[in-house]
Amino acid sequence: MKIVVTVKQVPDPNSSHVLEADNTLGRDKEVVLDPGDECGIEEGLQLKEAHGGEVVLVSMGPERAKDAIRKGLSMGADRGILITDESLSGADAYLTARALAAAIKAEQADLVICGTESYDGSTGMVPPILAELLGLPQLTFAKKVEVDGSKVKVNRQTADGHMVLEATTPVLITVTAAIAEPRYASLKGIMAARSKEVKQLSLGDLGVESGERAETIESMADAEARKAGAVIEDDGTAVDQIVKFLADAKVL
Amino acid sequence: MYFSDAHEELRLHIRRFLEKEVQPHLDEWEETTFPDSIFRRFGELGFLGLRYPPEYGGQGGDYFSAVVLSEEMSKAGLGGLAMAVDVQSEMATPPVFRFGTEEQKQKWLVPAIRGEHIAALAITEPDAGSDVAGITTVARRDGDDFIVNGRKIFITSGARCQWALVVTKTDRERGHSGYNLFVIEKGTPGFSVTRTLKKLGMHSSDTAELLFEDCRVPAANLIGEEGEGFKHIMWELQGERMIAAAGAIAGAQRTFEYAMNYAQNRSAFGQPISQFQVIKHRLVDMGTKIAAVQAFVYQTARQWDQGEYPVREISQAKLLATQVAVEVADDAIQILGGHGYMQEFPVERAWRNARLARIGAGTDEIMKEIIAKTYGL
Repeated sequence: MKIVVTVKQVPDPNSSHVLEADNTLGRDKEVVLDPGDECGIEEGLQLKEAHGGEVVLVSMGPERAKDAIRKGLSMGADRGILITDESLSGADAYLTARALAAAIKAEQADLVICGTESYDGSTGMVPPILAELLGLPQLTFAKKVEVDGSKVKVNRQTADGHMVLEATTPVLITVTAAIAEPRYASLKGIMAARSKEVKQLSLGDLGVESGERAETIESMADAEARKAGAVIEDDGTAVDQIVKFLADAKVL
Repeated sequence: MYFSDAHEELRLHIRRFLEKEVQPHLDEWEETTFPDSIFRRFGELGFLGLRYPPEYGGQGGDYFSAVVLSEEMSKAGLGGLAMAVDVQSEMATPPVFRFGTEEQKQKWLVPAIRGEHIAALAITEPDAGSDVAGITTVARRDGDDFIVNGRKIFITSGARCQWALVVTKTDRERGHSGYNLFVIEKGTPGFSVTRTLKKLGMHSSDTAELLFEDCRVPAANLIGEEGEGFKHIMWELQGERMIAAAGAIAGAQRTFEYAMNYAQNRSAFGQPISQFQVIKHRLVDMGTKIAAVQAFVYQTARQWDQGEYPVREISQAKLLATQVAVEVADDAIQILGGHGYMQEFPVERAWRNARLARIGAGTDEIMKEIIAKTYGL
């Protein structure tokens, strides 16, 4: 089974983020492999271990995004593809998906695994567009995946449980962090990753035109800071005040 | 300069593993000692064989991969567990790997790398520690066996180990001849653990006294050439001191950072105490000493990694790094004041753990004797 996992390099969740003038994320900060993608890679590796085949990591980003691919290769993925092109800077979800689709199409994968959303952009739009462009059924929000021949069954996370979905390969799935606990790479794996192939492709190589952006980010705003709560001193009426407060908040 | 990006990647994985699977249990393990299962987990992840070749289940790394592990264990405050891991990978198994036969490596090295065997190293005796030439554990040949009699003390992992590498002599005469190293397995008749010992620090590790009474050990368990044990154990001690130095100075760095952070956040007399010159300069002294010793430790580790045998530098690195670790921990306690003396803050444990390293693997005084000899004094 050939498994493609899409991966993204994102700013380190443990560092502070800086926005550029065009509202894109400054990437000169510490960057890491998206923690959500580590779970996707882990699931891909487990499926490969159970069913055989190959795990290919596909990413789009600046050249340094190779480090993120390398990290997945250390965990045990077989090879990587990095789409890098000046004209992709600040790409929206649609352009990102078109570039990824062109690279993934050539791989003829049985299974494409994506995170539900990236840690930084959080649009959650790339996997569905990708599935559409590749003409694949998509099984989203998977917290468990089972493969039996050409049948792929997933448990889709819902608010109060899960639903079971099934499709026939080739198929695209998006996975939640609950899918699998990412493994620690061994030193042997880390050293082996140094000699694994990471193919670098430009938009020209893929025959993709960057075109006009379908979306631009107009502005960004911080979430409203949490307001201080009311402090009630007990002067004998505290219970009444609290009951009134809860009633006003319509929780009673 | 010393670490490649592969080392740094390994460091991140080790750190994450320790944060997730080890650190949450450390306080409990101070009371109960760590469970054997954590060794299997270390083994599974390849951390007990970082620099052994893949044909024995190792990871094929260089000496600096072992340094990375030792540093991260210190920085995570592993204490007794770090010591037991170092005993396993850098003290008990290296002689088996270097001087053992293929069969011996398969039998004892491979399961130790997997973490299925816990190994101990037994040199010290109640009446001979620093004075290795004065040990009295005797192994006399009897046909295809050796009969071992004697007592070993302060043996890390002594109670829980599957086997111990035991230093013996053919007779009780002083001198450097007639030394033999044996792997003696638990369960061998005549090999018993007489007691486990309570210690100042390193509470999560077990430290035991071992007794050998007419313990019959097959000659097949002799590691290295018969009679050459003294030379072998002197070689082993170099590696032991090198890793002790690396771990000690990394621990000092952790304690220093903790104290610095504390001083910047603790106010007295209306300002952070780090702004008082007396505290500020003390912190500067701590950091400066660590930086200098760290550079020397790395330089010496590079020599060791390249196959040199720098006895003077290793002894100097061990002497200095362990002294600085104790001084820094002592300074940190002073900076934290009453909090520093309390168990809910990490510096008193850091001091108690660090204090051992000025005794274990050769005392300060023995290091100085060795260094003196290299100067022709």
